[in-house]
Amino acid sequence: MPATATPLIALRGVCKRYFRGQQSVDVLQGIDLDIEEGDFIALMGPSGSGKTTLLNLIGGLDQPTAGSVSVDGQRLEGLTSAELAAWRARNIGFIFQFYNLLPMLSARRNVELPLLLTSLSARERKHRALLALELVGLAARAQHKPAELSGGEEQRVAIARALVSDPRLLICDEPTGDLDRHTADEILSLLQVLNHRHGKTILMVTHDPKAAEYARRQIHLDKGVLAREADAGGGA
Amino acid sequence: MKFLGLVWASLLRKRTRTLLTLLSIATAFLLFGFLDAVRVVFTQGSAQSGADRLITTSRVSFIQPLPLAYREQIKALPGVHTVAYANWFGGIYQDRRNFFANIAVSPEEYLAIHPEILLDEGVREAFLSRRAGALVGAELARKHGWAVGDRIPLQATLWPHKSGSSTWTFEIVGLMRARDERARKFENQMLFRYDYFDEGRQSGQGTAGWYIAKIREPAESARVALAIDALFRNSAAETRSQSEKEFNLAFARQFGDVGLIARAIMAAVYFTLLLVTGHTMAQGVRERTAELAVLKTLGFGNGLILRLVLAEALLMVVMGGCAGLALASATLPLFKTFGAQLPPLRIAAESWWAGVGVMLGLGLAVGLPPAVRAMRLGITEALAER
Ligand SMILES: Nc1ncnc2c1ncn2[C@@H]1O[C@H](COP(=O)(O)OP(=O)(O)OP(=O)(O)O)[C@@H](O)[C@H]1O
Ligand SMILES: [Mg+2]
Repeated sequence: MPATATPLIALRGVCKRYFRGQQSVDVLQGIDLDIEEGDFIALMGPSGSGKTTLLNLIGGLDQPTAGSVSVDGQRLEGLTSAELAAWRARNIGFIFQFYNLLPMLSARRNVELPLLLTSLSARERKHRALLALELVGLAARAQHKPAELSGGEEQRVAIARALVSDPRLLICDEPTGDLDRHTADEILSLLQVLNHRHGKTILMVTHDPKAAEYARRQIHLDKGVLAREADAGGGA
Repeated sequence: MKFLGLVWASLLRKRTRTLLTLLSIATAFLLFGFLDAVRVVFTQGSAQSGADRLITTSRVSFIQPLPLAYREQIKALPGVHTVAYANWFGGIYQDRRNFFANIAVSPEEYLAIHPEILLDEGVREAFLSRRAGALVGAELARKHGWAVGDRIPLQATLWPHKSGSSTWTFEIVGLMRARDERARKFENQMLFRYDYFDEGRQSGQGTAGWYIAKIREPAESARVALAIDALFRNSAAETRSQSEKEFNLAFARQFGDVGLIARAIMAAVYFTLLLVTGHTMAQGVRERTAELAVLKTLGFGNGLILRLVLAEALLMVVMGGCAGLALASATLPLFKTFGAQLPPLRIAAESWWAGVGVMLGLGLAVGLPPAVRAMRLGITEALAER
């Protein structure tokens, strides 16, 4: 990476404090983090260390108590919830542990959801949704409802949904946490392809060291601070 | 519009529950349709009769008789064309359940001012020449299997015969047909001659139940009504004159304020509906907390989420409501017996508008609370609950 490149994501002194009644919990305590465009990062750490909290801040789902988060030059702190929603729709693809598909919609219509927020025609939306499904190898299951798909297939549909509006950043919270080894490997390979071939920047939380190996680098969060950084063996 | 599929899918999520809710909404609006059709008929008496007829009754009470001498006095007033008089007989044919209106009328004038009564050739003349003659509605005759020439016994309830018997016998001289739907009531009535009635009754000779005055200019109606009542002011029998429409309304109100009863029933139904539908909606949104949070994650704004949930409630209520009203509209013509005394019941445009208004109000009432809750839903909290 050229040293002059501004990072896609830049966190400076990010703190997050939750209040539970009288008590307050400092979940994140002064996080500084740069993520370059095209990177694939595995974020690891014990349960409760604040990984999901950090993803939520970067994805614009939540606001930090202190510090600043900027993504692609956009400072997120000042945005209203409506501005954040519009920004998320354009810039971030989310992938969750439990897929979070809408059960009453077919795979294709699930993938189409983010496009409903655009001005694309119905035809164009359908076309793009099918393209995204093809990219994850599920074009043949477009008409199936989530209940008719396996866990791995559901996660592929979720990935297609995250990709369909062509965001630069994919945020994945334990995307293989609910899958068996073999299926997990398939999903991780898919993410790797998206990173290598399509240039998507990926930030992935995982508990699984094997999964983390698919990433370009790993960062570790412990008790709200970034602990150490190590290069992973996830090269092409 | 592109979100309609999403809204629709949300409704189909729990098919049975949605179907049951739709059924209860449809039932409520079916009832609404029936009641409102009755209300419209009762409040729009104007449509059923000519605007050129005034009814004069006793000021004291509808059943208080008036002297027969009033007839000439009313007739002498400027603007009055013809005056007929009538009396409610209240006779029963075989069984109380066979109720129909049977009325003693001054034959010539009564027929003259009711052109909506259609008679076969020669019937009018027969009626005018046979003292015990009676005209019966075609529908009524069909119901009881009567034919011209039959002799019909009626049991008197108010007016026993001076012979001491309570049975009066009439001879059917012809059938009455209505010129149009609005005059349908004549097909279910029986009219007979006033002289036969007045002579046969034990008491009350020389009085009339009410007068019907045909006026020359419908626009004069109010003025003539005042003139009639002024004529008899401070007499022993003061009068109240009204247009036939007002009279019918007043008559209907004897049975209670239909509008009020209808509104009371509807209020009870809607309160129940509000609870049932409100519960369905609230439950539906609560179950979908995570899904709503996912939509928000994808970039669906809070305002959009509010509108989606609201649209869901409105769609459900409007679908169920329109189905109910359409069913009412389709089944009302089947209620012939009720239509006998009144113009036919139907769902008027005014009922549709009122119904749609109620649907929108109901949809907002049940949709807004869960919609606001969905709008306020925090993404991170909702996602963490999984
Ligand atoms: N909305 C909230 N209110 C209060 N406390 C919260 C909230 N969200 C998270 N926390 C707390 O913050 C801490 C970090 O939570 P977070 O979900 O970020 O951890 P995590 O690293 O993702 O854990 P896991 O690996 O189990 O998913 C936990 O102690 C959690 O209980
Ligand atoms: Mg987590």
